Amino acid sequence: MNGLIGAVLFLILAPIAGGLIAGIDRKITARMQGRVGPPLLQPFYDVGKLFEKENVVVTTAQNFYVLAYLVFIALSGALFFAGGDLLLIIFAFTLAHVFLVLGAYAVHSPYSHIGAERELIQVMAYEPMIILAAVGLYMVGGSFYVADIAAATVPAILYLPGVFLGFAVILTIKLRKSPFDISTSHHAHQEIVKGITTEFSGSTLGQVEIAHWYENIFLLGFVYLFFSWNPVIGVAAVAVTYVAEIFVDNVTARVRWQAALKSGWLAAAVLGLVNLAILSYMTIGGA
Amino acid sequence: MSTMAFLKRSPWILHYDASSCNGCDIEVLACLTPLYDVERFGIINTGNPKHADILLITGGINSQNRPVVRNLYEQMPEPKVVVAIGACAATGGIFRECYNIAGGVDKVIPVDVYVPGCAARPEQIIDGVVKALGILEEKREKMTGKAEIKEGARHAAEAGEGT
Repeated sequence: MNGLIGAVLFLILAPIAGGLIAGIDRKITARMQGRVGPPLLQPFYDVGKLFEKENVVVTTAQNFYVLAYLVFIALSGALFFAGGDLLLIIFAFTLAHVFLVLGAYAVHSPYSHIGAERELIQVMAYEPMIILAAVGLYMVGGSFYVADIAAATVPAILYLPGVFLGFAVILTIKLRKSPFDISTSHHAHQEIVKGITTEFSGSTLGQVEIAHWYENIFLLGFVYLFFSWNPVIGVAAVAVTYVAEIFVDNVTARVRWQAALKSGWLAAAVLGLVNLAILSYMTIGGA
Repeated sequence: MSTMAFLKRSPWILHYDASSCNGCDIEVLACLTPLYDVERFGIINTGNPKHADILLITGGINSQNRPVVRNLYEQMPEPKVVVAIGACAATGGIFRECYNIAGGVDKVIPVDVYVPGCAARPEQIIDGVVKALGILEEKREKMTGKAEIKEGARHAAEAGEGT
């Protein structure tokens, strides 16, 4: 029952919270660049506008894929806040991105295709680390269920500092922030036209944006899991992590896709695997 | 609902340099810098016509860029407006007499706002964009009006068939 309430609250509140966080993000980014920045509610204006515009559809398949992307992102987030199985959540999350990539491939546009390829590279780059994070939380909490991990009284972060740092690296990829915003980004600067979202317009682009809000809230929830033994520290840690991501976004330039892939895998191999190896050595030695 | 009007709070811009000398383009990009910061008004410079609401275009039309300008304009979803920036975009400017110049941007696509100047100043460009927002809003209302009339006609036709 608790799980159902969590899922429903996520589905209703996450777009609101996600949009507000996006607004705060843009405001802080602007201040870091010495600008005033847009109003706090700008992301809502943007999405509202997108739904007012004419929807130029190249092929109807793209609308279907983008809708599936939105549904599966919302589903993985809802499962997460329902306290569900972390592995299932990660698979649903990956499937969502596969739909987004398919949506971009459905159109015969070279720009859209390059964006889709780069999105696939991003998925490859972050996937190992996100699974290692789930494994690490399992080793500490003794369960893959988010509800059990969140209820744990052990401070997971003390056992998993490397995994957390590795997760912070791939969080940069997932939040579409520099230096890893290779498939598309939020900034006014222009990449290869607009990467993966090039051929989406109007309400379809609005759905991509809403999915991204859902996704951000889900990811911040994942960050919270590392600190869940103390809610106050947890919320503070989530805020600090996000501001650090904004800072990194503003002080780095975009890297090539090879570097993005290497960084993701290096984070998984060095920070993630070494941390887990030490942890398993410690727990086996202690048991 | 159609009365919400988010459009003028979130105009995304596509900037295209037709055959400009780059003078006006530098001024357009200056609008994005911290000094003028047009993102205050929700204005974002996108590189994608399919995401754009306002086409900022500098320089005159020549035989090379005529199809490009046409294509960019057609790829932008409705409602959309065009702002011609600088003397060249308005009339062809000092290049008007050249053998390859057709004239201002309005030789190829409908232009809603002309921003004068050589080069146009950032303040003028922002003024022009704000002017364009009013026109954009009018076009949006007309568009939703048309859609409602169409919808009404369809309903009427369906009701007629029913009886």
